[in-house]
Amino acid sequence: MSVGTAHPHDAARLHVTGQARYVDDQPLPANCLHLAFGLSPVAAGRLIAMDLSAVRRAPGVVAVYTPADLGCNPDCSPSNHDEPLLCDGTIHYLGQQLFLVAATSHLAARRAARLAQVEVEETPALLTIDQALAANSRFEDGPRIYCKGEADRALAAAAHRLQDSVTMGGQEHFYLEGQAALALPQEGGDMVVSSSTQHPTEIQHKVAEALSVPMHAVRVETRRMGGGFGGKESQGNALAIACALVAARTGRPAKMRYDRDDDMMITGKRHDFRIGYDVGFDADGRISGITFDHYARCGWSMDLSLPVADRAMLHADNAYHLTDITITSHRLKTNTQSATAYRGFGGPQGMLGIEVVMDRIAHHLGLDPLAVRRVNYYDEAAPGTAPHSAEDPAPVVAPVDANTDLTSRGATATEDGRPTSVTAGAAQTTPYHMPVTDFILNSLTDALATRCDYAARRKAVADWNAAHPVLKKGIALTPVKFGISFTLTHLNQAGALVHVYQDGSIHMNHGGTEMGQGLFQKVAQVAAARFGVPLSMIKITATDTAKVPNTSATAASSGSDLNGMAVKAACDTIRDRIATLLADLNQIAAAEVRFEDGAVHAGGKTYSFAEAAELAYMNRISLSATGYYRTPKVEWDRIKGRGRPFFYFAYGAACTEVVIDTLTGENRILRTDILHDAGESLNPALDIGQIEGGYVQGAGWLTTEELVWDDKGRLRTHAPSTYKIPACSDRPAVFNVDLWDGRNTEDTIYRSKAVGEPPFMLGISALSALTDAVAACGTVWPSLDAPATPEAVLAAVRRVQAA
Amino acid sequence: MDTSFLLNGETVRIEGEPPTRTLLDWLRERRGLTGTKEGCNEGDCGACTVMVTDSHGARALNACILFLPQLDGKAIRTVEGMSGPDGALHPVQAAMVDLHGSQCGFCTPGFVVSMVTAHTNGATDHDTQLAGNLCRCTGYAPIIRAAKAAEAATIPQWIAADRATFLTDALTDGAEAPAQPVTGTVVAPQTTDALAEWYMAHPDATLIAGATDVGLWVTKQLRDLDPVCFLGGISDLKGVTIGADAIHVGAMTSLTDLRLALQDRHPSFAEMIRRYGSTQVRNAATVGGNIANGSPIGDSPPALIALGATLHLRRGGERRSLPLDEYFIAYGKQDRAPGEFVEAVSIPLQPDHLRCYKISKRFDQDISALCGCFNIAVEDGTVRSARIAFGGMAATPKRAAHVEAALIGQPWTEATIAAAAALFATDYAPMSDMRASAEYRLHSAENLLHRYYLDSLGDTPTNVLEVTP
Repeated sequence: MSVGTAHPHDAARLHVTGQARYVDDQPLPANCLHLAFGLSPVAAGRLIAMDLSAVRRAPGVVAVYTPADLGCNPDCSPSNHDEPLLCDGTIHYLGQQLFLVAATSHLAARRAARLAQVEVEETPALLTIDQALAANSRFEDGPRIYCKGEADRALAAAAHRLQDSVTMGGQEHFYLEGQAALALPQEGGDMVVSSSTQHPTEIQHKVAEALSVPMHAVRVETRRMGGGFGGKESQGNALAIACALVAARTGRPAKMRYDRDDDMMITGKRHDFRIGYDVGFDADGRISGITFDHYARCGWSMDLSLPVADRAMLHADNAYHLTDITITSHRLKTNTQSATAYRGFGGPQGMLGIEVVMDRIAHHLGLDPLAVRRVNYYDEAAPGTAPHSAEDPAPVVAPVDANTDLTSRGATATEDGRPTSVTAGAAQTTPYHMPVTDFILNSLTDALATRCDYAARRKAVADWNAAHPVLKKGIALTPVKFGISFTLTHLNQAGALVHVYQDGSIHMNHGGTEMGQGLFQKVAQVAAARFGVPLSMIKITATDTAKVPNTSATAASSGSDLNGMAVKAACDTIRDRIATLLADLNQIAAAEVRFEDGAVHAGGKTYSFAEAAELAYMNRISLSATGYYRTPKVEWDRIKGRGRPFFYFAYGAACTEVVIDTLTGENRILRTDILHDAGESLNPALDIGQIEGGYVQGAGWLTTEELVWDDKGRLRTHAPSTYKIPACSDRPAVFNVDLWDGRNTEDTIYRSKAVGEPPFMLGISALSALTDAVAACGTVWPSLDAPATPEAVLAAVRRVQAA
Repeated sequence: MDTSFLLNGETVRIEGEPPTRTLLDWLRERRGLTGTKEGCNEGDCGACTVMVTDSHGARALNACILFLPQLDGKAIRTVEGMSGPDGALHPVQAAMVDLHGSQCGFCTPGFVVSMVTAHTNGATDHDTQLAGNLCRCTGYAPIIRAAKAAEAATIPQWIAADRATFLTDALTDGAEAPAQPVTGTVVAPQTTDALAEWYMAHPDATLIAGATDVGLWVTKQLRDLDPVCFLGGISDLKGVTIGADAIHVGAMTSLTDLRLALQDRHPSFAEMIRRYGSTQVRNAATVGGNIANGSPIGDSPPALIALGATLHLRRGGERRSLPLDEYFIAYGKQDRAPGEFVEAVSIPLQPDHLRCYKISKRFDQDISALCGCFNIAVEDGTVRSARIAFGGMAATPKRAAHVEAALIGQPWTEATIAAAAALFATDYAPMSDMRASAEYRLHSAENLLHRYYLDSLGDTPTNVLEVTP
């Protein structure tokens, strides 16, 4: 059976031969225009005047557009309508788009865009969390607060209490393929857009809005992205809109791709956070009360910052049962790139807060940090535990504002404070009152600790450190519990379109996009399993808004869960039609017709799948069907902070050993062991690929990847020469990754679990291990912030040594 | 100027392209060979890697900062040329498929070309071979598995063919070419004499050696370069020779070749070069270019200065030599007259006391925050000589004169080290930038002297790269 098999990525052969086609690889009509933006040279102020005469005169330039030239200035925001395509007079950040150039080549457009004479009245920029706080510059009226129990009372009564904070940097996505879009004008004002996007429907919606046409006039196609990681959920809007506008005005195809430096200067990144904490605990390290203060630097526009900051709050507990907790979240508006979705979507930041607290408590009490973690874990789910709240809540139709971006995570359509009906029963609950009934980390942690020989190695590290004055080792084992579902409930739906042709070949389409994660292959495996045919019978096709409408972004790790189910539904519809026909012909019950090994067995008769398809066609049976799925059981009130935002949780744990140099702060991951829960894996090879890659990316966030802005708000790390993602030799020298042997207790596609984001947070074990190594230099708490660059590690070492 | 080369086995002649057209743009826009990707357009990600073969063998290069004239007379293989004429996958490609080495696939062509080149050359130091290829999806583990799995496979005939071309001398390569007249504003002289003469007449010209720096003037600063002179065909500027009292390094010697030449005599220098740029960058970048451009953060000058190297300059028929450290006058200013160029650098033969410490956020392919090079001779417990030079600590590569003075003649002890280290603050006033703060640079410099001392005693490891779990 195709499901559960380690098939290579469907496009692997195309990848290795250079035939896999990305947006910029498409053959172009001869008259195609190439676009580039002129960018703001300052972070804040007023745009007084622009002299674009030299731009217009530059070789190859066909047109130059300001809002006045366009006669409009469409919005590019996925949420708040606060991102004009071009500056409307107010400059919000250094890198903001001021004007648009259309030229006969990419190079000509880039060259021309640099020739503008821009007059600005510069005003003081708000760049940091503290500056924004002082100016009360924020999104939403005030902080968002989630509460459970009585944190203040618990803190006052605690035997031990610690107050401190941790700072964590943002992260550039560094998808290898930069943002790109291509618009091809059609007859009658229609537009076809090819976009490197995780969210074709969003592109369709924003382009239609910009062109003032209905969505049916815009078709968006995405075959694949060269990496997304959240950076292509909303950040492709501006390019697609610009291309469509120019194409509409000139009647010529228009393509835009950002040069790498422009990409990094213009687009949003992961939110950097400061998390303050006040924690009370007993002698075993068991937390009795805790408060968190989240400060998220959101940048200049709202984008997806509200749900990102929400998800940070929703992961403030990570794997730990916290009875009395208050989380306060400040969403701060600054004159920097608008921070956006990035793998984990705030989850990593929230989770790092509690993991630092665990290390801090252990350090304070002189305990093994793993012991402190274990004592705070949620209770293990009893084997065979019935899933929580079995009822699917009745749908609530929220009032809709006509301008709302319905399919964006930035939408606010369900902010109506509608009642929630979560019944906790006896189960332990999260800080947002959701019962945790599928918890497996007690046994998973035990299994990993045994496999990686944690206890003995912890002792060996201590011995090694005693014998080595210059280099110090550290080791840490940290868990991940990650909530799966879009927290904006209505996004948890998906559609699919499946055709069976008369020769038995199968054409599959769904709303998910392929960015390397192997979604298309996993879903194709589902389709092949439903029809009982080899994978080679399934044609995977580009995501296309004309085939499956109203799709959600491929985000929140939801791709396989949602689209796998939708494709299954479509396949089953066709399969049942064929079964009914063959049952009639053979005088048996439809349920007795079996689809396996490329054949259809009906009673004593066996048809090849092609024969069955042909027979269905000849008997005038439809061989095309749509499929639809919506995630059951989820309901959530983000204002109250109550409900069941997640269908289930995905779990994992990682043990990382590191070494640091106390003279320079240079550091290295030596070994990593991971045990991760992908449920009943649809494709173990692809899942392990997500885990290995997610871990390295997560560790990169917390070690080498440092975003540096100067005091004028200019991002100084805007290319791979200055922004350092992990290179080949930065992966752990010993890297053992295994899948947890278990199935999803919820009814997901073949009982698998989402795997896109959760492993990213396994990288937290690297920072925890580095903290452990620094702590070996003395007796005081290292207070190591992220990213732990050599400079940050050396500073922490010196603090510890000086105390 | 016309350029011709073999492209995936087919002879190509290029006319009428600007001299600074990059191979990447030409492949993608003129030839429709879109397998070669643009990831950064500055030679830092490797998505555009191509294999270039000439009489010296096959090497991986970044096509985004490679100008067409640099390829004259060579054989180029892109990812499209890695599989056989019948579509058979190269063993490296097959291993990448079977072992799940690609996810989004965008970096994959560059990886495949780097891996095939390494495979062709029999190189199995995969982390080093692939340090110039960034992947954001896989975490590299499956790619290395694939590289290892393909190690023992036979080199396919279609890949070997490029090399065979040069062994039978079917294409001209450098020295064999009939001397072309060197006239005009876009030239590629074949001899140092011809360069010297032309450069005197065009002292405002840009000399292009490996283009790992000049390439960015074109791709990022969008500058027009004219006149330009391509130095790649000048064979008498290339190579390392060991004389009676010095190692003579021609200006056009690549960093790859310098690393090989120094491996036995100065292994710490060679190891530092291993981390200089990436395989692709070292295959292109030259010793002369790393010196001539006067960068304060080039890694070879501090090491060469610590070794007491002499720089050899030439202007027309005149030659002069000076200690390398005197060449660097101030930021952006060197002791080089119009029309004068770097011909060579020579390193006095000496016992090896050199240690090079390159400090950066990432170990591989990162520009140094600071690069400290220490050459200290201790006899009978007393410091006899000390030459210490740093990159990244001042506006030029610069010696730590006060620290050196405080060491010479002193006993080789912890106390001497501590006293001398305090003088780095006298020698240097480093700046803060995105790579490191001034404070970090100064503290690390002091600590690196301490590291050198500990290394000389050999009692305890000081290099995290040498630790195993």
